[in-house]
Amino acid sequence: MVRHFEEELDNLRNRLLEMSGLVEDSVYRSIQSLIEKDEEAAQQVLQNEAKINRMEIEIDELATSLLARVQPMATDLRFITAAMKINNDLERMGDISVNIVRRTLPLMREPLPKDLVDIPHMATLAQSMIRKSLDAFVRKDAELARSILTSDDVIDQLRDSVYEELIALMEKDSSTVRQCINLMFVARALERLADHATNIAEDVLFLVEGVEVRHHAEVRE
Amino acid sequence: MAADDVKMRVSGLDFYYGPKQALFGIGLQILTNRITALIGPSGCGKSTFLRTLNRMYETLPHARAEGEILFDNENLLAMDPVALRRRVGMVFQRPNPFPKSIFDNIAYGLRVNGTHRGAALQEKVEKSLRRAALWDEVKDQLHKSAYALSGGQQQRLCIARALAVDPEVLLLDEPCSALDPIATAKIEELLFSLQDQCTLTIVTHNMQQAARVADFTGFFLLGKLIEYNKTEVIFKTPAKKETEDYITGRFG
Repeated sequence: MVRHFEEELDNLRNRLLEMSGLVEDSVYRSIQSLIEKDEEAAQQVLQNEAKINRMEIEIDELATSLLARVQPMATDLRFITAAMKINNDLERMGDISVNIVRRTLPLMREPLPKDLVDIPHMATLAQSMIRKSLDAFVRKDAELARSILTSDDVIDQLRDSVYEELIALMEKDSSTVRQCINLMFVARALERLADHATNIAEDVLFLVEGVEVRHHAEVRE
Repeated sequence: MAADDVKMRVSGLDFYYGPKQALFGIGLQILTNRITALIGPSGCGKSTFLRTLNRMYETLPHARAEGEILFDNENLLAMDPVALRRRVGMVFQRPNPFPKSIFDNIAYGLRVNGTHRGAALQEKVEKSLRRAALWDEVKDQLHKSAYALSGGQQQRLCIARALAVDPEVLLLDEPCSALDPIATAKIEELLFSLQDQCTLTIVTHNMQQAARVADFTGFFLLGKLIEYNKTEVIFKTPAKKETEDYITGRFG
């Protein structure tokens, strides 16, 4: 039996993918603005934000109206609640990209206090986690989602080593403080992006397998 | 589940209408003072199963049950059916009041049992109508015909009638399918309020109703109990594909 409801779920899925495309674009450009000192990319991130915010509201309304009209159960229920949470994560990722750009705009006007190694590494990893988490959602791929959960620890370690390095640099040369603090904020933002990708992966696991993995729920059971 | 008291323990229950087998090896536990919902498509056996719990099927020729049902650890299939039905009441899909006054509908079972007379009878009728959340609407017209009541009121009257003899278990077979949403909501509220005094088992076609009222839900298909679990699990993360397909409307 083909359900009319299936089309509405497809519509919700497609809107979410459209939004995730825009968010991935913002994340990519915010990183480009740092690494390539690309001011145009930074401006594009600022422009994307309003559109992302509008889409968040539209997707929320779509999902709420499906809940009200269809009273979905089981997979359908889990799909819609996951879509609502992913929607929220995507919007936050859009905001974080804007935060990154607010730091990279001043950063690009002066030479960097050091060559960037770990931050580009973090950026690549965060982008790959975002990509994979969204692929896992589209393909309902639990294995892929699970692989993201382990990457999060790597990002956390990288952030800590960036912090250490920048603190050492500031202690040695106080003229770098302003630049170093901006870089610390970027490192923190990248780590936050990875957190949101992890949230999405957890939502995908709940969607596909019906198991709760947030906050290490499996340990508590 | 283990911590709760089991009111009825069903195991390996087969059921036949003559040569035709309608239930296959049903096993489940109905817990005391909980609401249990039975769902499934038409003809899946859920109403047949409900009718084994007070042996209502015995009114049909050639119908027979095999297997075990323990009711408070007693063999239900070997009990005196009249005594059993006094302890296990039933409410049907269409309200079926007796062609008598509102009062006499409730008093009927009490008079038959000879347990209440005079003021005690009056008191018991009032108490039953109050438990069924009908008293305020009918207290001034107790001697009017039950047929003068609306469908929703008639159904609550039937529940009051069943409650009058203080059953331990109340079986409800699609009690709201002939009622509008407001009358349905009243019956559902009533089920919650009865839960403290009674073990309730409800057959329903309305999945949202099962999701709203039941603590436990069983899904029947083609005479088999496919899945039985906490209601929340059945509707959020069912374990069986058949359950999933049915509750999401992919069935068929």
